[in-house]
Amino acid sequence: MAVDMRTNLGTLELPAPVLTASGCAGYGRELAPYVELAALGGVVTKSIMRNPRSGRATPRMAETPSGMLNSIGLQGSGVDEFVANDLPWLTEQGCRVIVSVAGGSVEEYAEVAKLLRGQPGLVALEVNISCPNVESRGEVFACDPDAAARVVAGVRAVTAPDVPVLAKLSPDVTDIVPVAQACVGAGADGLSMINTLLGMAIDVDTARPVLAGVTGGLSGPAIRPVAVRCIWQVRAALPEVPILGMGGVRHGVDALELVLAGANAVSVGTAVFGDPGACPRIQAELAEALAARGYARFTDAVSAAHPR
Amino acid sequence: MSVPPRQVPAEVLQLGSAGAYLSLRLRAPELAAFQPGQFAAVAVGGRHTGMVLRRCFSLYAGDPGDGTVEVVFAVHGKGTAWLAELRPGDQVDVVGPLGRPFPLPARPGAAVLVGGGYGSAPLFSLADVLHAAGGEAHLVVGAASADKLFFGEEAWQRCASVTVTTDDGSAGVRGLVTDPLPELIARTGATVLYACGPMAMLAACTAVAREQGITAYTAVEEAMACGVGVCMTCVLPVVGDDGVTRMTRSCTAGPVFAGETVRWADVGTVPTGTWGAGGH
Ligand SMILES: Cc1cc2nc3c(=O)[nH]c(=O)nc-3n(C[C@H](O)[C@H](O)[C@H](O)COP(=O)(O)OP(=O)(O)OC[C@H]3O[C@@H](n4cnc5c(N)ncnc54)[C@H](O)[C@@H]3O)c2cc1C
Ligand SMILES: Cc1cc2nc3c(=O)[nH]c(=O)nc-3n(C[C@H](O)[C@H](O)[C@H](O)COP(=O)(O)O)c2cc1C
Ligand code: FES
Repeated sequence: MAVDMRTNLGTLELPAPVLTASGCAGYGRELAPYVELAALGGVVTKSIMRNPRSGRATPRMAETPSGMLNSIGLQGSGVDEFVANDLPWLTEQGCRVIVSVAGGSVEEYAEVAKLLRGQPGLVALEVNISCPNVESRGEVFACDPDAAARVVAGVRAVTAPDVPVLAKLSPDVTDIVPVAQACVGAGADGLSMINTLLGMAIDVDTARPVLAGVTGGLSGPAIRPVAVRCIWQVRAALPEVPILGMGGVRHGVDALELVLAGANAVSVGTAVFGDPGACPRIQAELAEALAARGYARFTDAVSAAHPR
Repeated sequence: MSVPPRQVPAEVLQLGSAGAYLSLRLRAPELAAFQPGQFAAVAVGGRHTGMVLRRCFSLYAGDPGDGTVEVVFAVHGKGTAWLAELRPGDQVDVVGPLGRPFPLPARPGAAVLVGGGYGSAPLFSLADVLHAAGGEAHLVVGAASADKLFFGEEAWQRCASVTVTTDDGSAGVRGLVTDPLPELIARTGATVLYACGPMAMLAACTAVAREQGITAYTAVEEAMACGVGVCMTCVLPVVGDDGVTRMTRSCTAGPVFAGETVRWADVGTVPTGTWGAGGH
């Protein structure tokens, strides 16, 4: 029997549980030759800032065991161009678009969110709080519960009430639960986790860092156990909060692991680089994996690993 | 007409050796009608591999008749070492044809084609296309030593002339692949130069073309994680029609760029004044 794959992130209903991950699917267009985007749960865009950003110098990537490091530096053309060109295209395809917003200050996050308000096609915002706060010596918002809460409150205040705001958490903190609680307390309707972990690689021949940016974000299957742990801990502390899980999902069973830990839907990032067709493949594999284990509905598997 | 890119399971037909290189022939009808300069992104390592990124290779030859394509590669690290172990009948997941091809001259005439190492691979199909359009292809191939030269089998037939250089003099003329260019351009009246090879060679070819007053098209090789345009790892500083430098993706806007538009000396940096540099 076919598994009912519908799910929801709070008030946002999704026909299917697999989405793209921010920064790993561009603004959708480049994946269109390989993927029917509208058949996915949704498309999460690359993080969008107020103004165009050149990003960092190259080399920007290094392959690592079962993963990669990246230091892209949020290259993008800014919110105006996104609203003029990319969002309308995504909407025309029939995609559910979750726009990832980023900023260097609480004001910038709020300004981007304000410019996105009322745009057709946009079904939710994901707030990428793993950005350095230019007003606080570059400390990452996601590492301080108060700073994270201020960003979330700033975005929530200017966003239409029927558009959920998800806060995207960083695993690079001593305890992820207080940050999750602070974000929910500030009005986050859900949480996305996890962003990349800070890592580094050194070229042993040149004795220099591989990445021009020296350090970079680690992603891919190597980080999946960290994602499972973070989702597990937050689910245990906040049984009702919607969670969009991500981190190292490459096969359907990987997605299932995050779901059992507490994810209501799953984003796929790095796996798309190795397989542009990864999202629909994983969605189909997940349906099979659920059926093989006797689940009639996707939602029956959500948090199922937790003691009841 | 360009073929849209596709992701296909491709059957390995043949893995042959060509000097220091290996040539891999695949059944992939969706890619066979590629345009010279386009490339393919190949998944390596199998389903549970720790190698999560694709490997990119210039498309060397294609035959839409029998639905095959061929790439030529050097064993460099673990991904290409895995490819070197493939056997006929194995399957590899291939995406292509990707990227923008070499633009053809408006009017047929003489062109100089410059390849460094395996960088000559995309030039043979280009020579064919130029030849079929009534033009004339003068090929210059260079490498560190004789074994690192790569020649297509029928290179001699399709090209009006072939010049070989090696750094150590083990084949052809001793010296750099750029050394014969000024004389060749002057003698043939070439109006366009096509180049594929290491970055330093492409920069030097661009400089020669500028001195000779002709156009250079260069196929770059930046580290690519996805090959399809979604990761933003493969950028280099390129000057647009509006005179503004942008960090431009070499997988979608390239790999072929007009040589003059690439800021060769600034590759690996974000030059001052680049669009979006300086942030807020
Ligand atoms: C557009 C394009 C066309 C190319 N055409 C050819 C060709 O025709 N023949 C050929 O032999 N090689 C070609 N290359 C280079 C080839 O992609 C690399 O040699 C190969 O990726 C090395 O993989 P590896 O696993 O053996 O090495 P590793 O060092 O283990 O690779 C680690 C990571 O770095 C990347 N990487 C390493 N070296 C390069 C490189 N030189 N360029 C780009 N990415 C690199 C890999 O893709 C991988 O993600 C091309 C590269 C590009 C971008
Ligand atoms: C190249 C690259 C770029 C990314 N860009 C962003 C981004 O712009 N915003 C964001 O919130 N996360 C970004 N991420 C993080 C991913 O969305 C995701 O959280 C992380 O990579 C873990 O998932 P994965 O293992 O499936 O890739 C990026 C990741 C990669 C690899
Ligand atoms: S290789 Fe991913 S964007 Fe170019």
